[in-house]
Amino acid sequence: MNNLIIIPIILPLLVGMILVLFKNKIIFQRVVSLVTLVGMIVVSIYLMNTIKNDGIQTLQLGGWEAPFGIGIVADMFAILLVLTTAVVATCVLLFAFRSIGEDRERHYFYPLFLFLIAGVSGSFLTSDLFNLYVFFEVLLVASYVLISLGGEKRQLRESMTYVVINIISSALFLVGIAYLYTVTGTLSLAHLSSRIAEAGQDYLITTIAILLLLVFAIKAGLFLFYWLPGSYSAPPTAIAAIFAALLTKVGIYAIFRLFTLIFYHQPDVTHVFIGALAALTMILGGIGAIAYSDIHKILTYNVVIGVGFILAGLASFTYDGILGSIHYLMHDMVIKALIFLIGGAIIYITGSSHLKHMSGLIRTHPYLGWMFFIAALSLAGIPPLSGFIGKIFIVKGTFDQSLFWIGAVGLITSLLILYSMMKIFMNAFWGETILDVNEEKGSTKGMLFPIALLTLLTILLGVGAEGIMGYIEIATKALLDSSLYIDAVFNGNPIP
Amino acid sequence: MKSNDVILHTVTKFSAVIILTFSIHLFIAGHHQPGGGFIGGLTTASGIVLLLLAFDIDTIKNNIRVNFINMAVIGVIIAVLTGMLGLIDGEAFLTQSYGDFNLPIFGDTELATAVLFDTGVALAVIGTAVSIIISISEDAN
Repeated sequence: MNNLIIIPIILPLLVGMILVLFKNKIIFQRVVSLVTLVGMIVVSIYLMNTIKNDGIQTLQLGGWEAPFGIGIVADMFAILLVLTTAVVATCVLLFAFRSIGEDRERHYFYPLFLFLIAGVSGSFLTSDLFNLYVFFEVLLVASYVLISLGGEKRQLRESMTYVVINIISSALFLVGIAYLYTVTGTLSLAHLSSRIAEAGQDYLITTIAILLLLVFAIKAGLFLFYWLPGSYSAPPTAIAAIFAALLTKVGIYAIFRLFTLIFYHQPDVTHVFIGALAALTMILGGIGAIAYSDIHKILTYNVVIGVGFILAGLASFTYDGILGSIHYLMHDMVIKALIFLIGGAIIYITGSSHLKHMSGLIRTHPYLGWMFFIAALSLAGIPPLSGFIGKIFIVKGTFDQSLFWIGAVGLITSLLILYSMMKIFMNAFWGETILDVNEEKGSTKGMLFPIALLTLLTILLGVGAEGIMGYIEIATKALLDSSLYIDAVFNGNPIP
Repeated sequence: MKSNDVILHTVTKFSAVIILTFSIHLFIAGHHQPGGGFIGGLTTASGIVLLLLAFDIDTIKNNIRVNFINMAVIGVIIAVLTGMLGLIDGEAFLTQSYGDFNLPIFGDTELATAVLFDTGVALAVIGTAVSIIISISEDAN
């Protein structure tokens, strides 16, 4: 039992609630939410080292033993994602201070932001399928409000699609949970895993697994991503950045958890199916990314490509593939926040999101330009930046499993990513400077610091990979050996 | 012409009292029998909604001077903090504790932290339900 692992969930929840009471004290809200997120980072780093030394940490709420009580489980995979979430959220929050506008700040932006973080870390840490649904709803409800906050016409139109799609997928999620409960009689992830391992994964359970896969595919933007480009380009930059960095990742996390812990007995059906979806996602996302010349659209299609890439590693279901996926997942959270923030800053300066209306920004904004260049290289996977390590392991994993087509699609898509990012770089930063400093629509004062922080992080994740790799290896081992998770949850008690 | 709603007003005045009393009964009963903070809170909220339907928002706002959003928030804060009481003894989050106390008027009484948690839940439910009703009934102007 370790009470500390509940902190990443209840700390943002409690602080968010308190901030609602101080609706008009904006400076207070800013300071307190920043302190909360930094506190989350500290707790996550501490927990990361506890898990490294003592193994998976668990907490049964109210002292009710598994599988009857509500369980919270922090294994290395979950806590790495919680840590990345907290770091990325801190940077996006710093960006929001300058850009979100006082109107939104007065209308509960900071509390909603913290509720979103609480939902995300809750989804990572829960060890019960139904509670996963609950935490999904927590983060979705917060995101419904955030996406429509401000009430611009475009926002309302896109939020309608977003809400309807998510309600449908949540309903399917409930149906899947009901099927699974009827068949196995339990919803605790560890208990499900041990029961299905005992009774064997027959066709009925595989079908339920595919149903749940489709649910999370909608949420993660895996193949069923048609709602994503519109919804993610409607809200203001800070909100779009946190959506792009975190929300699809929660769906990806759920797919990883289910298909490594529970439904891992028929990889030639389920995992190859995931691989096919991943390859299609990468191809379609890549076509989207090179087709548009609107910054919002290019960046959101890059989110889609990232989803495909991460799940290609799971499809290979090898040590190397999953190792690469976890590293790429962390990298992707950082880099998606980074490119969205830079894209937002460009739009903020020029007042337009179309590439035609911008040129030669490198003369007036050299730092922004070069940081975008680093981000673009990292996104495409150029060594020694962070995208490279994840990609090389994922491709190695797929080649080891003779799934050459997935690896090949991944490599070709990397070129498309590079092309789409260079298109932004050359159009926006090269060429004649058409905007005088005095003609700019907005200033980037205070925006560069969070962008620089994230750029530093993507360099560190690549150059300093040695430091983090030890933790990722522990996470990979725990994902591939489900008995570690089950033993930690049941803690030596007999499994009913 | 003003419509005649004397009967509605009179019935509401009586039945609201009954509903609110019953909701407190449900809340207290929830400790050992069916009931509890959630159902008690919903019943209270339904009583207030009945008042809102029979009279108008301004009348109710003048008579119940409570900010329902803050009420919901305070409810959640109470619930989470009660859950954290267990942390002081090194117990798991949400562990409840209870004991028998000899109180002046009530005699030997069992007091449990679960009641505090339920109070938080009730406040959260009342606050949320009523503020939803008020916000969808308000005009944009």
